[in-house]
Amino acid sequence: MLLPAPLLLLADSRLPAGGHAHSGGLEPAAAAGAVTDVPTLAGFLRGRLATTGLVTAALAAAACAHTARAAADHGRASGWTVLDAEADARTPSPAQRRASRSQGRSLLRAVRTASPHPALDALAAFPAPHHPLVLGAAVAAAGGSPAHAASISAYGAVTGPASAAVRLLALDPLAVHRALAELAPRVDAVAAEAGGFAGGDPAALPAASAPALDVFAELHLRAEPRLFES
Amino acid sequence: MGTNHDHLQDPHPAAPARGRPLRLGVGGPVGSGKTALVAALCRTLGRELDLAVVTNDIYTTEDADFLRGNAVLPDDRITAVRTGCCPHTAIRDDISANLDAVESLERRHGRLDLVIVESGGDNLTATFSRGLADRQIFVLDVSGGDKVPRKGGPGVSGADLLVVNKTDLAPLVGADLAVMDRDAARVRGGRPVVFGSLREDPGAPEIAAWVRSVLAEHRSAGPAPGSADAALPTGAP
Ligand SMILES: Nc1nc2c(ncn2[C@@H]2O[C@H](COP(=O)(O)OP(=O)(O)OP(=O)(O)O)[C@@H](O)[C@H]2O)c(=O)[nH]1
Ligand SMILES: [Mg+2]
Repeated sequence: MLLPAPLLLLADSRLPAGGHAHSGGLEPAAAAGAVTDVPTLAGFLRGRLATTGLVTAALAAAACAHTARAAADHGRASGWTVLDAEADARTPSPAQRRASRSQGRSLLRAVRTASPHPALDALAAFPAPHHPLVLGAAVAAAGGSPAHAASISAYGAVTGPASAAVRLLALDPLAVHRALAELAPRVDAVAAEAGGFAGGDPAALPAASAPALDVFAELHLRAEPRLFES
Repeated sequence: MGTNHDHLQDPHPAAPARGRPLRLGVGGPVGSGKTALVAALCRTLGRELDLAVVTNDIYTTEDADFLRGNAVLPDDRITAVRTGCCPHTAIRDDISANLDAVESLERRHGRLDLVIVESGGDNLTATFSRGLADRQIFVLDVSGGDKVPRKGGPGVSGADLLVVNKTDLAPLVGADLAVMDRDAARVRGGRPVVFGSLREDPGAPEIAAWVRSVLAEHRSAGPAPGSADAALPTGAP
């Protein structure tokens, strides 16, 4: 089966949507001494995947399902408010909420420029929608399913910080790539679990959290110099 | 929607160039004098123009103090963008964060004339995307040696204005300004070059005059990125 190119574009790290300036919590974790080498990076990525990764993938899948429903419903957009609030509720750190919204806004700019769609217009009514909501809508607009949205989201949850670690800590990129390859089955498992929440009650979306990452994210705002936005 | 995102703005695509402030990129290698030039432009043009500045990493409180103290630019007119260890990515390949910063300054301050974007210090291959900057200045300094213009690169050859700064150091490092002028002219197709010392001439009047002229052109016609608009004679150290 072909991998649809419109979806590959959304998974591509070269998508000009601001992702390169976010480390997914890696920079503050490195500053705190929690990530220093490839094994500690692998641990960080496993933890992030199981918490933020699962939550954001489920939100992306739910947003994708919502886009399809809203289209059948003649574009009614009220469900976005609910999903946006659910994303807020699952992101305890204000710094991370802000990072998610900022990346959501940038992604929305990129995907609206590339392929206009009513669902993306509905999200543009928000000043800065959360990133997984925009990703889910963009996947739907590109013809993808909630499972695709969950996959792309979970994949980005680990590749973003891994790339940041290569740049920030000068880790061997081949060794980091191997760590990602070893993690790939877990990415698929998390995506499969997350996709299962699509179309259900938004209040029942997973809410796994990583308090240490939340604290790191807040401390990061006071760090100087900081090379990544988050 | 939550209530803690009012600092973020509407995500619509960039406005057409005409009718909005001129966006001027200032790029160049580490320490060549980009911040000194931005401060000079704020100092010289600040009273006649409404302006704001976006800085790219590594922006420290030292830089902020410098702009605040020397250029009388209030804090709310300076926005710092972080670039994830990739200064050229943020001005060329993925300009989202810089666009967001520029647009929120434009919204916050209403009728700005000029937004200056200082890139992070980078190498000779860095250049501003036309999606971000209407015009760009590339700042070299003589302390890297007089070979630098000969090496070329998109900044040296393509910038709308090339500034060769720190001419006061030329005798100390044995740099031949005439050689730099000749090599730059060879790759720049008539686009202007200014030699000077921001240390000795902290108002940069020649460069400010060039900015006024591109601003006037921007207002009358909207920009034609990449066009040579030589308000200055080429070269002449
Ligand atoms: N001698 C001399 N020093 C200068 C001149 N212009 C700037 N400097 C000094 O050069 C140093 C770097 O200047 P900046 O303006 O910070 O350079 P920059 O390009 O912004 O540096 P980065 O942003 O770190 O890449 C400072 O110590 C300035 O005082 C000049 O014309 N002559
Ligand atoms: Mg500087």
